[in-house]
Order: sequence, then C-alpha cells, then structure tokens
Amino acid sequence: MSKYLTEFRESGIARLILDEIRRLVTRPWVIMEVCGGQTHAIVRSGIDQLLPPEVRLVHGPGCPVCVTPLEIIDQAIAIAMWPEVIFCSFGDMLRVPGSQQDLLSARASGADVRIVYSPLEALQAARENPAREVVFLAIGFETTAPGNAMAVMQAAKEGLANFSILTSHVLVPPAMKALLASPDNQVQGYLAAGHVCTVMGLAEYETICAEYQVPIVVTGLESNDILEGLVMILSQLEAGRHEVENQYGRSVRREGNPLARGMVDRVFTIKDQKWRGIGLLPQSGLMVRDEFAAFDASKKFAVSGIATRESAECISGVILQGLQRPDQCPAFATTCRPEHPLGATMVSSEGACAAYYHYKKL
Amino acid sequence: MCLAIPGKLIKIFENTGLKMGEVDYDGTVSQVCLEYVPEIVLGQYTIVHAGFALSILDEEEARKTLDLWQELLSKADLLHEKEGRG
Repeated sequence: MSKYLTEFRESGIARLILDEIRRLVTRPWVIMEVCGGQTHAIVRSGIDQLLPPEVRLVHGPGCPVCVTPLEIIDQAIAIAMWPEVIFCSFGDMLRVPGSQQDLLSARASGADVRIVYSPLEALQAARENPAREVVFLAIGFETTAPGNAMAVMQAAKEGLANFSILTSHVLVPPAMKALLASPDNQVQGYLAAGHVCTVMGLAEYETICAEYQVPIVVTGLESNDILEGLVMILSQLEAGRHEVENQYGRSVRREGNPLARGMVDRVFTIKDQKWRGIGLLPQSGLMVRDEFAAFDASKKFAVSGIATRESAECISGVILQGLQRPDQCPAFATTCRPEHPLGATMVSSEGACAAYYHYKKL
Repeated sequence: MCLAIPGKLIKIFENTGLKMGEVDYDGTVSQVCLEYVPEIVLGQYTIVHAGFALSILDEEEARKTLDLWQELLSKADLLHEKEGRG
C-alpha cells in the first residue's frame, strides 16, 4: 500500500492508542465523527467495537450523496431524459433512489448518462459535443465545490454555452451547529472532517466551539488518525476544556486553501439549503451566482415543481443526525440492501448504512 | 468523493489553460487539476478530490505524527522488557 497510508493504519500503534484511550476515560461521552469517510474507516477497522464502553461514537451527516435532496435527484432524471442532453455525474449518484426511479434506470431507458470523476471531464464532453447540452450534477461538500466552481469559471472563459451544472452543494459547519442546537442533541464533541477543513481552514470551527462550548478536533481519515483524534477530544472532555485542535496537520492549514476558497466565493453564493432526511438548514448551501446564471442548469431547464415521494420505510434522516444506528432500522439488510436501496445512506461509499452492511457481521 | 488518499505527483502539464498533473496511487495513475496548489513540485504527495488537488501533504507534519507514535511504541517495548516479557 502507498506511502502515507500503511503507516497511518498500523495495528501495533492502534493498540497503544486504544490503551491510552482506556486510561483517559472515566465517564460516558458521546462523540460524533462528521465525515462519512471517517465512518467507513471506523466500521472497517472495528474501532467502534474496540473502544471502552463509555465512549459512544455517533455517525454524522457527512455523506454528500446521502444528503442530496430527493427533488435534485428527480430534477437530474428529468433533465437527463431530454434527448439533446448528455448528463454527467459522479458514479455514486447513479443508484440513489429518486421518487420513481434512479439515474441508472433512466440510462437503461435511453438517457445519455455518463459517469465522470471530475467536472473537467464533463467540460470536455461539452467541447466535443457542441450540438448537445452537457449537464453536470454538481453535488458535495466544501471538498468538491472548488472543482465545480473551476468548471463553471472555465466554461465562462471559453464561452461554452452548452455546459451547465445542476447544483446541490452543502456546507458542513451549519449542519454541525444545527445538530448542537437541536433539543435531541447528545453530541458532546466533534471529530471534524479533515478534508473539508483542508479547503476551509479552522476559523468557522472556532466560532462553533466558542458558541456551543464543545471541543472540536479536526481529524484525518485513516484509522490511527481517528484514534489519535479521539485521544485529543477525550483529553479535552475529561479536563472540561473546549478548543479547536488539529490532528490532521499534514493536510490542514489554519487558513485552509485560500485559492480554492476564493474560487468558490467567486462562482457560488450561500443560500438556505434542504438536506435529505434532515430538512431545511439556514445558510447551509451554495448556489451559482447570477453572474454565472447561463451555466446554472436549474435556470436553463424547467424542472421545478416535480412532486417528490420518499420511501415510508427508510429512516435515513434520524441516522444522518446520529439519533439511530443503521442496524436499528427494520428495513436494514432486509428490504433495503445496496443492490435495492431504499435510501441514499445504503448507496454511497460514504453512507453509514452501506458501511454497516459491508463491514459488520450482523 | 471525500475518500481521497494521498498520491504522488509524477508529471506536470498544461491543458486548456489549466495547470494539470498526473498523480500516482501505487500504480494507478490519474489526471488531476493543480490550479489550487500551483507551488507543487514533482515527487510531492497531494490530496485530490473529484479531480482537483486540494493540498500538498506536509512531510514534516506527517513525520511529527509518526515520530510521536513511534515513541509510544518504543516506550511500550521498554515496558515489556522491564516486565521480563520482551
């Protein structure tokens, strides 16, 4: 395995850090790992099983595919069905259930749906197919926003009038605040998402930390990063401290990545945003600025007003808020499986239900 | 989308006015945009999301973390030896 991976997953070190956690903990604590990538590392490596019983990890909403609202999926399918459209998306989105069908079944019924790894590939499709409309499904957190912003800027520079993006961009800090402000909140500390902070830096977290008096440790995505993040946050909790600390210094700088942040600000503006399973959160999303409206698929295609219908069985909303575990859902691994998902949390490689399904021997 | 692992930059080029590169993940090579890390040089490791390099891995910081863990490990070994179980 590649450099910077093996060393951060080494099991001898993991055992020692676990010993340190056991020595540290004197009473029960509830800690949320925000990022879906961290959830997968935790469940895959069995960290949740190895922690002392006092430490409870709850899985956060940090799965971009999972929180993309149903109406966006339905709009994506409606746009993809237009004969002149080439619809480009990250592969993860193709199996996410819409009200009636998913993008994969739209493709099966004739839509030109293509999987891309970068918005720049969608841009290339627009250059190569000037007679077609190329639409990119621009979803994600602060980690994908810089790339999507760059694609729009590049389309504007090149005058690629046949390129547009259907946007569903969510921001992590407003969701962290909303969870803390909820009357049902149990979370006493956050392991913040290392890659989101790589872009955004630490400033927003300092505000949350001060306002809600909870410790926040910006944490990497490998198993030993997570264990070390837990040592740092439990030390704070046991000592009654609440500070922002950075476990993931090898990637996260205080100011984040100013170039990436600058481009996001240039192309997008903040708006109230609906999160699938959670609801509307104020100032928690991004939309394309009016200046770039020509590249906004929601303005180019008349797709508003589609009636949506969620599965009645799926409890992904409470799972995304950390109120229940995937295996507490009656549909889990019975009527809901990765090949027939009822909710997005079972689809995505970052979804909590998919992590439980793949790694837990239940 | 957020499951980015570090990869090593092995090539720098330009395409449609953008600074681009090739990143090697243990034999799997992918094209990435380097516009957000313009100071990167060949051989450095980078974190990439959806085709965009977002940070250059700070080798010194990585080393600090690993040294700290190594220290833990040697302390534990010493303890084992003292207890005659080493």
